[in-house]
Amino acid sequence: MQNRTLEIGVGLFLLAGVLALLLLALRVSGLTLGSAEGSYRVYAHFDNIAGLTVRSKVTMAGVTIGRVTAIDLDRDSYTGRVTMLLNKEVNNLPEDSTASILTAGLLGEKYIGISVGGEEEVLTDGSVIHDTQSSLVLEDLIGKFLLNSVNKE
Amino acid sequence: MRRTSVLERIRLFGRAGIDVLATLGRSVLFLLHSLLGRTATGNGFQLLVKQLYSVGVMSLAIIVVSGIFIGMVLSLQGYSILSQYGSEQAVGQMVALTLLRELGPVVTALLFAGRAGSALTAEIGNMKSTEQLSSLAMIGVDPLKYIVAPRLWAGFISMPLLAAIFSVVGIWGGAMVAIDWLGVYEGSFWANMQSSVSFREDVLNGVIKSVVFAFVVTWIAVFQGYDCEPTSEGISKATTRTVVYASLAVLGLDFILTALMFGDF
Repeated sequence: MQNRTLEIGVGLFLLAGVLALLLLALRVSGLTLGSAEGSYRVYAHFDNIAGLTVRSKVTMAGVTIGRVTAIDLDRDSYTGRVTMLLNKEVNNLPEDSTASILTAGLLGEKYIGISVGGEEEVLTDGSVIHDTQSSLVLEDLIGKFLLNSVNKE
Repeated sequence: MRRTSVLERIRLFGRAGIDVLATLGRSVLFLLHSLLGRTATGNGFQLLVKQLYSVGVMSLAIIVVSGIFIGMVLSLQGYSILSQYGSEQAVGQMVALTLLRELGPVVTALLFAGRAGSALTAEIGNMKSTEQLSSLAMIGVDPLKYIVAPRLWAGFISMPLLAAIFSVVGIWGGAMVAIDWLGVYEGSFWANMQSSVSFREDVLNGVIKSVVFAFVVTWIAVFQGYDCEPTSEGISKATTRTVVYASLAVLGLDFILTALMFGDF
């Protein structure tokens, strides 16, 4: 009998441990199994992706519709190529939609915002968004401002 | 006071070095013997369950309570710093990353060394001093397989699970403080956490860390008990050594592992 309660205790402990690991995986890290199935891939080239990272969110009208899965340099055009995985339910994005890199708050994370274009053709798996707006780099802005004030004098 | 010659000093130094190496060698042989080798006596599974209970289940209370408090403190501290930059929503991400990467595995290992490690050392040391180990050997039962191996396995299995429980409870405590008390918006708390925590980079690396710590802490605890001088004083010294060595080993290894995992080189 004493052995039985002991075994029940150990069983509960093991279950709690496995459950904790599962919780960490699903709830905390937001791991989704087979996420590639319900989504499609879209590319965008930016002159400057400064601050955007893999796993950043992709939003439209403030609603998250996907995430960034890869960032690499396009050797031919010297631009940053961002690969996005978009939700399959949002499959009616016009081909001339604009992708811009935005900042959440003053010091917050960077994310991609997509604004709708007007064309009939829609983005499909493997399409490229041509109309892009790069990240706002504070140093560039200050540099331009200083140059302007010098030119005026 | 007698002056010792230079040669004598070198000899003493050499002897100390040999002692350290000999202990290391003994502990490795001890580990290999108890984990490998196939002369199990009695029901191995039954023995393991008993040890899992005393090592793992009995440590649950201290792990859960300290997890909750550490999570709540992290949340409070993080909030007061982050609110200066107007980004209180990042509290969730901060709490989760701190717990998963560092505090979960490390604090669990330290508590485990104090709670279960010292008990293991004292128990085995006492068995040795009352000659239970040699009696076992005399009736043909290998004490390494019968006494030591189940304790080693129990430690290896239970510590990663305890670390996971610690992190979950800590995140829950942090969420409670941040959402219900400090008024961080619940949605952004969890969303920020989920978008910044990655399974492979953070959760899995934390688990790897705690597996390594489990291995080291249990090994040190059991070996110190087995290798202690069989007197009351010897047992007390061995127990102290277990806690000190295990804590130092955990902190040192943590630095190395963190450098390897997150150091980007």
